[in-house]
Amino acid sequence: MIELERLTKIYPGSTIPAVDSVSLHVNKGEICILIGSSGCGKTTLMRMINRLEPITSGTIKINGKDLTPMDVIELRRSIGYAIQQIGLFPHMTVFENITVVPKLLGWDKKRMSERVDELLTMINMDPAIYRERYPRELSGGQAQRIGVARAMAANPPVMLMDEPFGAIDPINREVLQDEFLKIQEKLKKTIVFVTHDIHEAVKMGDRIALLDAGNLIQYATPEELLTQPKNQFVKDFVGADRALKRLDLLKVSDAMMKNPVRCSTEDASEKILERMIEKDLHYLLVTAPGSRLVGYVNVDMLRGHKGVVGDVARPMSVTVRPSQNLKDALSKMLTYDIGIVVAVDDDGILQGVLNSKTLVSVVGETYDEHGGHWGKITTGGRIL
Amino acid sequence: METWQFLINQGPETLKLAWEHAWVVAVAVTIAIFTGVPIGIWITFNRQAAEIVLYIAGIIMTIPSIALFGIMIPILSVFGYGIGTVPAIVALVLYSQLPIIRNTYAAIKNVEPSIIDAGTGMGMTRAQVLFKVQVPMALSVIFAGVRVAVVMSIGIGAIAAYIGAGGLGHYIFMGINQTYDAMINAGALCVAVMAIITDYVFGWIENRLVSKGLRT
Repeated sequence: MIELERLTKIYPGSTIPAVDSVSLHVNKGEICILIGSSGCGKTTLMRMINRLEPITSGTIKINGKDLTPMDVIELRRSIGYAIQQIGLFPHMTVFENITVVPKLLGWDKKRMSERVDELLTMINMDPAIYRERYPRELSGGQAQRIGVARAMAANPPVMLMDEPFGAIDPINREVLQDEFLKIQEKLKKTIVFVTHDIHEAVKMGDRIALLDAGNLIQYATPEELLTQPKNQFVKDFVGADRALKRLDLLKVSDAMMKNPVRCSTEDASEKILERMIEKDLHYLLVTAPGSRLVGYVNVDMLRGHKGVVGDVARPMSVTVRPSQNLKDALSKMLTYDIGIVVAVDDDGILQGVLNSKTLVSVVGETYDEHGGHWGKITTGGRIL
Repeated sequence: METWQFLINQGPETLKLAWEHAWVVAVAVTIAIFTGVPIGIWITFNRQAAEIVLYIAGIIMTIPSIALFGIMIPILSVFGYGIGTVPAIVALVLYSQLPIIRNTYAAIKNVEPSIIDAGTGMGMTRAQVLFKVQVPMALSVIFAGVRVAVVMSIGIGAIAAYIGAGGLGHYIFMGINQTYDAMINAGALCVAVMAIITDYVFGWIENRLVSKGLRT
């Protein structure tokens, strides 16, 4: 989709290239992260794509088409552009800000209006409330959302994003990242995304390009970058805790034990108690018909009880979704001081169980590529 | 009290002088806006020009108004306009340049680079960035310069009566010559009231023109 060939940038008056013969291909529908420490050339490289920085040498192709002879203004209008400082125009309303590019492209009023409502809805901001607001009336997170919406306004297939969530506090940043990934899953834009945050890179990127002093050091998937760093520089950059960072990459569904042991709300307490003692189980999940999770029971709760299990079952204090990453799951387990967490889908249907042992073994796999722990854990499947 | 009496007795004459005064100032400030704002914008593209232009405008400001009118007489006499409203307007246009140019220049230069970068990156041409982003954002500061120019011009315009431009300064000079206090006071009072009203009107216009998004 985007092909950079031997791209070089030498600033006037300097002999050292800011970007030194970088070649990389970004696949259609993927997020390509450009990462590196300050001054590594990542922003310059991104800005060369829409020629905010003139190219010293090399070529850029989008969909096989060489961009060099293209009119710069036309080129920029066809590429979405979002920056860390957001750069919303303070004298324009949210509506006017979002429609900057559509207006430049000559869209009619109705089309622009529909597009704004569509985009605001997509970023979870009520059009009726926010359309006519001015940037100063928005919170930082809202302004950043509008910045991203504005970049998407004319539906460009390619987007350039320069630390778009960089100025947001960590909690809101996570929210925005998740929101953006959800949107990206649907829209499948081809995105070049600059960041200096390896955590963000691992989370957001389909591929990561690590740059240093204008050179491309390694271009790989996040998984590969963490498990097979090419050299010491990459190792140092991704950090000694790269094993932990892998928790960002893996989903609960990758590590949970599917079809865990459970009983039904309709089962007689006495019978279940007997079986639990027999199998030496301390607790047991309880589901209603259709596998909907109700909660759990333990031996003490059942002892002496005469009715059905459903009467004494207690709801879980916390659950996770299979689509969450393992870091979130681990964080919940630590927060609630539990060794096991139950995964349910959005409808409350039991999907599986994740325990801390699995998590540890997953981390271990960073170094042991085809670790053998998985089999043991995922072969649950018994029903009492 | 005496001043008040004077104004009532001289009602039609006062209105005539006020009209002359307002006319001279209005013409001068209009010309000053249409020259000063473009010059202020132009020098944002050229640092060296900016330094020279602001320096010259600054020097003009330091010339005492009575001296400037004096200088103007021989120069404009060549064209047959040595005295009267023409030299008055020329002088006021010159005086108004500094506040208007300086504010225009500073306001446009002060627009955050990231906002300009966003505009450029989205495919605005240089002219579009200037007229759709920088100028609207600079408008309130440009207006502040215009208001200074207007109020200042009304004040200096009073001195223009000295070279036969008429206006409310007429009362002041006549009053001094005749040691007629009420006349001096009446002239001064009218000039002050005109300045206050005009400033208020410009404030109202500014409020209309400047985006609500820029209000603090």
